[in-house]
Amino acid sequence: MLEIRNLHATAGGTPILKGIDLKIEAGEVHALMGPNGSGKSTLSNVLAGKPGYEITEGEVLFRGRDIRDLAPEERAAQGIFLAFQYPVEIPGVTNNYFLKSALNALRVHRGEPELDAMDFLALCKEKMARVDMPEDLMNRSINEGFSGGEKKRNEILQMLLLEPRLCILDETDSGLDIDALRVVAEGVNSLRSPERAMLVITHYQRLLDHIVPDFVHVLTEGRIVRSGGKDLAQELEKKGYTWLERGPEGAAAP
Amino acid sequence: MSPPGAGPLEPYERDFEIFRAGVGGDPAWLRGLREDAMGQFREAGFPSTRLEAWKYTSTRPIAEAGFTLAASDAGSLTLDQVEQLCFPVFACSLFVFVNGRFAPSLSTPSTRAAGLPFESLARLRSENPAFLEGRLGRVAELKEHPFAALNTAFLDDGAAISLPAGAVEEEPVHLVFVSVGDGDEAPWVTHPRVLVHAAAGSRVTIIQDHVSVGSAPRFTNAVTEVTVEENARVDLVLLQREGDASHHISGLHVRQERDSRVSTHTVTLGGGFVRNDLTLLLAGEGAECKLRGLFLGTGDETVDNHTLVDHAVPHCTSRELYKGVLAGTSRGVFQGRVIVRPDAQQTNAFQSNPNLLLSDGAEVNTKPQLEIHADDVRCSHGATIGQLDLDALFYLRSRGIAELAARDLLTQGFATEITDSLPAQALGERVRELLLDRLHGAGNGARS
Ligand SMILES: Nc1ncnc2c1ncn2[C@@H]1O[C@H](COP(=O)(O)OP(=O)(O)OP(=O)(O)O)[C@@H](O)[C@H]1O
Ligand SMILES: [Mg+2]
Repeated sequence: MLEIRNLHATAGGTPILKGIDLKIEAGEVHALMGPNGSGKSTLSNVLAGKPGYEITEGEVLFRGRDIRDLAPEERAAQGIFLAFQYPVEIPGVTNNYFLKSALNALRVHRGEPELDAMDFLALCKEKMARVDMPEDLMNRSINEGFSGGEKKRNEILQMLLLEPRLCILDETDSGLDIDALRVVAEGVNSLRSPERAMLVITHYQRLLDHIVPDFVHVLTEGRIVRSGGKDLAQELEKKGYTWLERGPEGAAAP
Repeated sequence: MSPPGAGPLEPYERDFEIFRAGVGGDPAWLRGLREDAMGQFREAGFPSTRLEAWKYTSTRPIAEAGFTLAASDAGSLTLDQVEQLCFPVFACSLFVFVNGRFAPSLSTPSTRAAGLPFESLARLRSENPAFLEGRLGRVAELKEHPFAALNTAFLDDGAAISLPAGAVEEEPVHLVFVSVGDGDEAPWVTHPRVLVHAAAGSRVTIIQDHVSVGSAPRFTNAVTEVTVEENARVDLVLLQREGDASHHISGLHVRQERDSRVSTHTVTLGGGFVRNDLTLLLAGEGAECKLRGLFLGTGDETVDNHTLVDHAVPHCTSRELYKGVLAGTSRGVFQGRVIVRPDAQQTNAFQSNPNLLLSDGAEVNTKPQLEIHADDVRCSHGATIGQLDLDALFYLRSRGIAELAARDLLTQGFATEITDSLPAQALGERVRELLLDRLHGAGNGARS
């Protein structure tokens, strides 16, 4: 579904991603770990098409198609979804109106009829119940004044509504209490399917206890320095990233 | 254009000669009021940019156009057209004026014929001039406002809204001023006048809506005078959405007595040249006012907002929030003057003017002017000039919303605080739609 080949990218002229290779097939869940500042959010932003980054080398293929020149909304239409590490607050635009606009934009793209306000509300209520989100959050401005946990639930709600093909979750677990973590993980797991792929960025094993990955990758200074199965995450949890740097097999990037 | 050699006042002088002859039947005090006003306009002339109050906006486009007094005939406007032009959002009473003249045949004073607080000024002039005496010209300081003086000199028709003590008018009174003129007509001017008197404990909402039909250059020089007695409450909405051939100068002059409440919404969505002067005198203790504004500039429009809140007595509160959206090569101005007189202790005065620039060519000048002569006061002001938030834009786009639609959402979002506070929800929704229509060049040829 997603194939990244030798990806180099700069942000504001500074090289951040320095040759990333990553292949994610439909049905797979990949976890991406790595120290602060290693480039995890940069990678997710580059995949989602955020302006301000420049790809200096390499390719990004999504479902066989080079997406480097696609606008963010076109990538969303293709089925790429990024749950933001820091969801943006947008005063004056209600969450309800935003989600309806987003869903209908995608439906139009898929050749489906737009949902009217009633149908949308019904669908939305069902999804909100799945992430335990209070209904009044729909009538408030997007993320404005939302607690950290509410913002993250809102991201998952959007994911449930938009039903993307590739879900990129950038530290969706950070700032969540234990119950919220479970709720969010259940939301994510409910989307797992043979047609869908996930890239889960996290610092903690505890999320991966709920969302069990097929593969784990470690990103350090813009490169994937280690890939493995779910055990790799557990090992990292015990030994820390320095273990990779020091360890004899640490230098061996895939 | 005025003939070569003639000064910019010349067409007005000529019109005044003709006009005064036609209203010779008015009582002496009214004729005197007009003569004095003309004298004041003559003395002041068109304000120059050397004046602090006109620092950012030149009146030359108006002075040089040589506007002449509009023909009073209501033309061929139909009820259908009027209904398309206004917001059909209320079951409220609609009073329509065409080129400054009240048009009863186009007005729909709701189901209640009797007891409405509305009368046309022309009719009052002939049938009950005593009502107008001492009220007309009471609040507007003509010396300070040359265009208000000019309006008074040509005082002819308009609306008088008067509420007796304790009267509560639930339905908004909706005044629609339509200016009609086709491309080949001479540039003309109208001087609509609105007089509002809210006696003690009364309450009313008034929507004053300025629209235009046809593309002839025109000048609307409107004056509204409002007296709000003890404990009365008046909510005023001014909607300006004339075409880009329109010059619009509007003066709103308010006097508030003890414990009265006033809110204003000045919503400017169109007009090639728009200048709004709001002057509020807080004359009675405990009076409070809220001034809100939303102004949109597109193409090469100029929108200049000037407010003056005069805290003359203690324990009064004024709050101002003006939001500007400037696109194309338009220019916006916000000048907010607040005077706190030496006696006016325990004054609260807050002012805020955030602006959104949607293009590199757009410009805004914002300037608070606080003149505080008392020591026990709480005053604050703030102004910002920014662009659309790029992170917010990306967030919306990453959910599949196309860039233009995302920009529109953010622009509407910027205006929400104002549109949500309009006295009727349906009105707020219409304004949000119109904001985008105007931004994208629909309606009266305004282009962004
Ligand atoms: N616009 C930019 N200009 C310059 N440097 C940038 C820019 N954006 C990001 N960086 C830098 O790129 C590096 C990687 O940042 P990124 O946010 O991708 O890290 P991360 O792996 O997500 O970290 P964390 O775990 O803390 O979320 C950091 O050193 C950051 O300061
Ligand atoms: Mg990050």
